[in-house]
Amino acid sequence: MSESRVLGVDYIARVEGEGALHLRLEDGAVAEAQLRIFEPPRFFEALLRERDFAEAPDITSRICGICPVAYLMSACQAMEAICGAKLPAELQRLRRLLYCGEWIESHTLHIHMLHLPDFLGYPDAVSLARDEPELVRRGLRLKKLGNTLMRIIGGREIHPINVRVGGFYRAPDRQRLTSLLPELSWGLQAAQDTVERVARLSFPDFERDYHFGALQHPRDYPLEAGTLASSRRGGAPVSGYERLYAERQAPYSTALHTYPAGGGSVQFGPLARYALNRDRLTPAARAAAEAAGLPAVVRNPFQSIVVRAVEVVLAVEEALRLVETYQPPAVPAVAVTPRAGTGHGATEAPRGTLYHRYTLDAEGLIRDAKIVAPTAVNQRVIEEDLAAYVAPHAKLDDAALKALCERAIRNYDPCISCSTHFLDLTVERCGGR
Amino acid sequence: MRRPVNMPDPGPLVIGLGNRCRGDDAAGLLAARALAARALPGVRVAEAGGEGAQLMERWAGAGEVYLIDAVRALARPGRTHRIDAARRPLPAGLFRCSSHAFGLAEAVELARALHRLPATLVVYGIEGVRFELGQEVSPAVMAGVEAVVAALEAELRGGRPAPAAGRAPARCAARAARGSGNPPRDLGWTPARGNGGGGRGRSG
Repeated sequence: MSESRVLGVDYIARVEGEGALHLRLEDGAVAEAQLRIFEPPRFFEALLRERDFAEAPDITSRICGICPVAYLMSACQAMEAICGAKLPAELQRLRRLLYCGEWIESHTLHIHMLHLPDFLGYPDAVSLARDEPELVRRGLRLKKLGNTLMRIIGGREIHPINVRVGGFYRAPDRQRLTSLLPELSWGLQAAQDTVERVARLSFPDFERDYHFGALQHPRDYPLEAGTLASSRRGGAPVSGYERLYAERQAPYSTALHTYPAGGGSVQFGPLARYALNRDRLTPAARAAAEAAGLPAVVRNPFQSIVVRAVEVVLAVEEALRLVETYQPPAVPAVAVTPRAGTGHGATEAPRGTLYHRYTLDAEGLIRDAKIVAPTAVNQRVIEEDLAAYVAPHAKLDDAALKALCERAIRNYDPCISCSTHFLDLTVERCGGR
Repeated sequence: MRRPVNMPDPGPLVIGLGNRCRGDDAAGLLAARALAARALPGVRVAEAGGEGAQLMERWAGAGEVYLIDAVRALARPGRTHRIDAARRPLPAGLFRCSSHAFGLAEAVELARALHRLPATLVVYGIEGVRFELGQEVSPAVMAGVEAVVAALEAELRGGRPAPAAGRAPARCAARAARGSGNPPRDLGWTPARGNGGGGRGRSG
């Protein structure tokens, strides 16, 4: 007699945004795993049409409250490509510094508030804080450091307003940045201590042979720049993104799914970056990874917490270097003249490669836009993880099974509110802005 | 700029939380703006997004804090609640309309666990029903915003409510204000769950 169980988790706790999971088990095997996105259609791509090219960074940065800098960076890169604008190294370094702030803030939030409770057996960060207040306080202080960096350079922590195509509106004084050095030094030690702490966690015995995708850069661990790299295929310039990764709409979700050329699924994010750029880790980050016992390629998604913690060390280390050597640029932005054309931008959001593509007309108005968020790309690999991870545990009761599923999803730090975009849509403009 | 240490608190701080682009999620922001327009002496008014850790930073150093935010509709869009959060935990699941997993409720409870709660912390909630991107605030919620602003103004002007004794709403300052007949319910006690409202339930 066959036995069928349907497990629905209508509201997944502790991921950004909202999502749902539908899991169908038949005879103890996983017949179907569907990650459903409940967010309403993301209309930003349609909203961008007819807008001036200079507005794209600000508009798209409202897609995500946790990673606005990533949207600013990818949008600016795409527009600068169309307009043939080249930023001098000093402005690129300032962008990298701003991005470091976002990585510190986003990764630290996820590690402490969203992911750690799973490993330590707590239902949430609040109960963890009751037992380990110092651990949580340290996390909050480190997160605040990231936010402070973002505020000094970006002008505001949520929706930074100082970034524009061509550079910035204002460059910070050297003294404002160097005043952060003591806290950054504290932050480096705190980040290293965090790696040490999470390296001691107990990880489920679960590995898959992932196809990884991330940016690569000749010199640096990739944040704000690089070319597309893959663990299974040759690389490509950013403009080749859509040849490497195609999108199709899933019938059960508002998200578009990514299908890499060559088949299968692809994973973006910290594990992918680490696999493809380990030799670009900064010294303290490299040492932390080795002390944590991380292999050259991490294939256990639960160990993403360790890789994120290593990336926080990297971001703090880079921030120290960039602040110490900072001199205010001669001009905060280069001149940018819009022209007709299509351009592509890809930068490494905390969750993985974030791709933007725009087409402008001769007046600099946006005719077409495409935005692919890393969580959208990871949706299929998350579903595959669920099917594989749940299978040996199918005998557990629903509550325990749900908890396992949520853990498996949280490995990817999914930002579900970013993960959708549409092919055809009616636009409703947001009132009063 | 650092405030000198050991300075007395500058006075009450009101923080309206929300997202202007997400329908009823703008309620807290609208309430804060309306209250700021009242220009009550000594009262600071600020706006914030939904992110919890930053909220804790915003109120750091303040002894008297009032938060205003939209809540999931339990029974009636526009209905308002007043919760003395310094005295008791926030009702679970009430403030889950944010797209951030670490939002107001988590911030308050985390602060409690870390002994970082202000001496006075009052949370005003306005039940909302539509939180989708691009939607306008629903009329019922606008009425709720007005009710909260009137009630909070009265409270700040010195009309402190009596401590909740598990009875009916202690506030009626706003009743006559706009004809909404919608004074904030004082959630001094844990409200009954399962009101059958339109919100999504939490998992597990």
